Amino acid sequence: MSRISGGQIDRSKTLRFSFDGVNYTGHPGDTLASALLANNVRLMGRSFKYHRPRGVISAGSEEPNAIVELRTGARQEPNTRATVIELFDGLQAQSQNRWPSLKFDAMAINDRLSPFFAAGFYYKTFMWPAAFWEKIYEPIIRRAAGLGSLSKQDDPDDYDKGFLHCDLLIIGAGPAGLSAALTAGRAGARVILADEDFRMGGRLNAETLDVGGAAGADWAMNVVLELSTMQNVRLMPRTTVLGAFDHGIYSAVERVSDHLATPLPGKPRQILWRIYTKRTILAAGATERPIAFENNDRPGIMLAGALRAYANRWGVAVGEKIAVFTNNDDGLRTVSDLKAKGLNVTLIDARKGDEVIDSAGRLGLKSITVRRGNGQTETLQVSALGVSGGWNPNLNIASNHRGRPIWDDQMCAFLPAPESIAGMTCVGAAAGAMSTHAALTTGATHAIAALAELGIAATADVPKAEDAPLNLTPAWYVHSGKGRAWVDQQNDVTVKDVKLAKQEGFVSVEHLKRYTTLGMATDQGKTGNVLGLAVMAELTGKTIPQTGTTIYRPPYTPVAMGALGGRARGHDFKPTRQTPSHKWATEQGAIFVEVGYWLRTQWLPRAGETTWRQSVDREVLQTRKSAGICDVTTLGKIDIQGTDAGLFLDRVYANTFGTLAVGKVRYGLMLREDGMVMDDGTTARMGQNEYVMTTTTANAVPVFRHLEYCRQVLWPDLDVQLISTTEAWAQYSVAGPNARKLLEKLVDQDISDAAFPYMACGNITVQGTRARLFRISFSGERAYEIAVPTRYGDAMIRGLIEAGREFDAVVYGTEALGVMRVEKGHVAGNELNGQSSALNMGLGKMVSRKKDSIGMVLSQREGMTAPNGYRLVGVKPVDPAQPLTAGAHFLAKGAEAVAANDGGWLTSVVYSPHLGHSIGLGYLKSGDSRKGERMRSVNLLAKTDVEVEIVSPHFFDPEGERLRG
Amino acid sequence: MIINHPLLGPRDSQEFVYLGDAALIHRPDGMAEGALDKFIDYTYLRDNPAGVHRELWYHEQGDRSWLVVTRNTVSHEITAVDLARDVARTEGRSK
Repeated sequence: MSRISGGQIDRSKTLRFSFDGVNYTGHPGDTLASALLANNVRLMGRSFKYHRPRGVISAGSEEPNAIVELRTGARQEPNTRATVIELFDGLQAQSQNRWPSLKFDAMAINDRLSPFFAAGFYYKTFMWPAAFWEKIYEPIIRRAAGLGSLSKQDDPDDYDKGFLHCDLLIIGAGPAGLSAALTAGRAGARVILADEDFRMGGRLNAETLDVGGAAGADWAMNVVLELSTMQNVRLMPRTTVLGAFDHGIYSAVERVSDHLATPLPGKPRQILWRIYTKRTILAAGATERPIAFENNDRPGIMLAGALRAYANRWGVAVGEKIAVFTNNDDGLRTVSDLKAKGLNVTLIDARKGDEVIDSAGRLGLKSITVRRGNGQTETLQVSALGVSGGWNPNLNIASNHRGRPIWDDQMCAFLPAPESIAGMTCVGAAAGAMSTHAALTTGATHAIAALAELGIAATADVPKAEDAPLNLTPAWYVHSGKGRAWVDQQNDVTVKDVKLAKQEGFVSVEHLKRYTTLGMATDQGKTGNVLGLAVMAELTGKTIPQTGTTIYRPPYTPVAMGALGGRARGHDFKPTRQTPSHKWATEQGAIFVEVGYWLRTQWLPRAGETTWRQSVDREVLQTRKSAGICDVTTLGKIDIQGTDAGLFLDRVYANTFGTLAVGKVRYGLMLREDGMVMDDGTTARMGQNEYVMTTTTANAVPVFRHLEYCRQVLWPDLDVQLISTTEAWAQYSVAGPNARKLLEKLVDQDISDAAFPYMACGNITVQGTRARLFRISFSGERAYEIAVPTRYGDAMIRGLIEAGREFDAVVYGTEALGVMRVEKGHVAGNELNGQSSALNMGLGKMVSRKKDSIGMVLSQREGMTAPNGYRLVGVKPVDPAQPLTAGAHFLAKGAEAVAANDGGWLTSVVYSPHLGHSIGLGYLKSGDSRKGERMRSVNLLAKTDVEVEIVSPHFFDPEGERLRG
Repeated sequence: MIINHPLLGPRDSQEFVYLGDAALIHRPDGMAEGALDKFIDYTYLRDNPAGVHRELWYHEQGDRSWLVVTRNTVSHEITAVDLARDVARTEGRSK
């Protein structure tokens, strides 16, 4: 066992877990990485490209190597970092990217072939022939490379989204963040303190440093205790702030249940938070960076700070004999802390000219070769090596708004630029303040300053702590030997690759990144980026800031797609709107269709009907023969009132409305300003200054928005008020020769043809309940639309059915509606496609030029009025037995089926039970003058080619006699 | 982004629908001489500044106000938010 004394683990409890099928134990407080190390497991994965054996190198979210598949079955999650997985009883993890086993990986042959796999290998090798890429090269590469695998099962867990507001958001709960939180919390500010770790305290948990005379970890625990008693402070451990957005909005993901085998009942796995804050303090700490040397990627070689963290926080000695290779004083802490634990530690101080030049050990470190400053080399038998090349502030979030980091020569690192993000200040190690004293002080003073801007007075009593300098001398990579020295371990980028990039001219940092893939893995180069930049700087003879830097986009660490989706998945991806007849229709076994968010009855099968056409044909025939009922509630309804309402309608409709009499309805055509048709519908004048507009189902929302725009932005002084009443009224169409007789049984008023002629409208009552009646028709039959308040919608459909029984009335759905409107040549969604003008639809004469209306002027543009433009036509097959195919294109007989010969297309196709064959509507060039012409209608996708005749779009009752009754 | 609605206070921009350049307020008179050319400019020609931009936003998930938001397209800083109706009136629009 390599457990040693101390640490923040609960040794009184034992947790069982397995890795690659082997059972181990650990303790509460362990991560998977610390527990594996405690069980002497150093080999945890294989590298991306060369399949090199790899172990853990860090103790945090920056980990590039120890990437595992966690859990099994539907909860299996690839590419999780062993360093941040909180151990739980029953945890199962598997290594990735190896076959057949981690210890013997057949693909490790890639390592031998490394000369062929250098940067740019794919670009150069898999160029030709192009056709090979998709079918041959890519599948091979994907199998050989890549990381974990997906379960391909539905995620069984829930994810939530939430919103939080605060005065001060503090990102990171190390000494700086805790100091800021304590200052702000005691001042009464609303504080959110978020930290990705499950235990707050940051590096204090990994160090043996004192704060205010107590052990740092104990001080942190006491501060967290005090904060947890404050009503104005929300502590959010296990919460990663992902990024900074505009105006003080931050996103964060809270891992509510990832430390449990399965989420507690009713609890989500994770919550994606949207945090609105007035001020922000970034106290995200710093990430240690390695020094590259030959074969620096063996399991057992890790960052010096991580080596120390495993010993101090988790009571794990990674080896008995250990070496530390450092260029700064922080590395010396690892030496002293490990020695204090009774371990054998050798120091290799780069500042004295000592260097590690190579390592050995196939599946884990066995020895290192050291070249001393005096030129002597020696081999040390060690099983662990801690490396420290300095620390890079975690400025990622500070650069989210493209604020360029600033190079600091003393620290040899990039620091966040001041004011990188409005309202945010950086403190502690994230701002380059590396000592504990500096962290505590900057945390407190910046909290005081931020709160002062909000008018909140705060004071701080900063405890005493060490204030040692880093004393760093730059050392990036060891110049020796011909072997490979890793820069970016996750993407297998070596010093040689950087050299190759330079040699081939990819010198710009953006080119370097893309050519070598440096920093493009799931760790986003947290440990490797600055190192790669330093190597390129040296090669080009420039300074590091001259060479450039990379800035970071959100997210800070990878996020589960499920968290981004939240509850919006499957059926809940979008809302569902049900019409007032939905319950009744469900009882009747209706087939529904999604129309936007609405569910509408598509057809309503009767017993014995086996195909949809049987139902639809019956609904059409029976409606035209007697009566049919259809729920048309989904059409948009807008009440328009005011003394200028008529004038307003004249402006927004292309045709004239000012002349519409009270009690009458008119069809209206609405254009966009560019002259194309936006929407159509009817508008009824219910009173002197009261109109009711209907829109198509799809455009209910955009039309309402447009009317508000016209009213507020274009003509602000018109006296006109709007309200959307789509959901206030249940509306049913009753169509057919017996429609009036049916309705007469229900309504309290006289609706005879004399009292209520075609295109009449009025406020009526249905057995005392207020209602609206419109005598309008989409089907071409004598038809009415009757509207009652929504709460009576269910009663109304049942009443209509009951009243219709003696007429054998049917309920018809959207399919039958479509058949009847095509039979009548009415345009609908397929024709109102946003690219068609009134003229295209055969409605050109409706556009009044005697008044200014939206789109009137531009509808008269040259191109819009060209005589050879598209016109709406009717289409029927020459052979009635042949079906038409929507989307088919018109070709002259004998013309080749190429775009140059395209004459237009079939927009809508239905089977007309009256005519006994397919009919269609379409747009045909010069279609208005081509009636009787025979053409081909060709659909290359459906492989149909039908001879058709161009006819009038009015297939049924062209004179409209049935409408008027 | 946060839009400081003149009636409702700070609201998340997710509640709004964006339209574009507030120059759309100045719709030409369709019955006037030379209307066609003016409408072509009005409908199709827009400034696209990298910097301060006055733009129309609609509070669709709110009170249905059209707003003129003065926003820096580079920094996203919002310096003024007014009711579009007030702006339109000030700039000479009426009935």
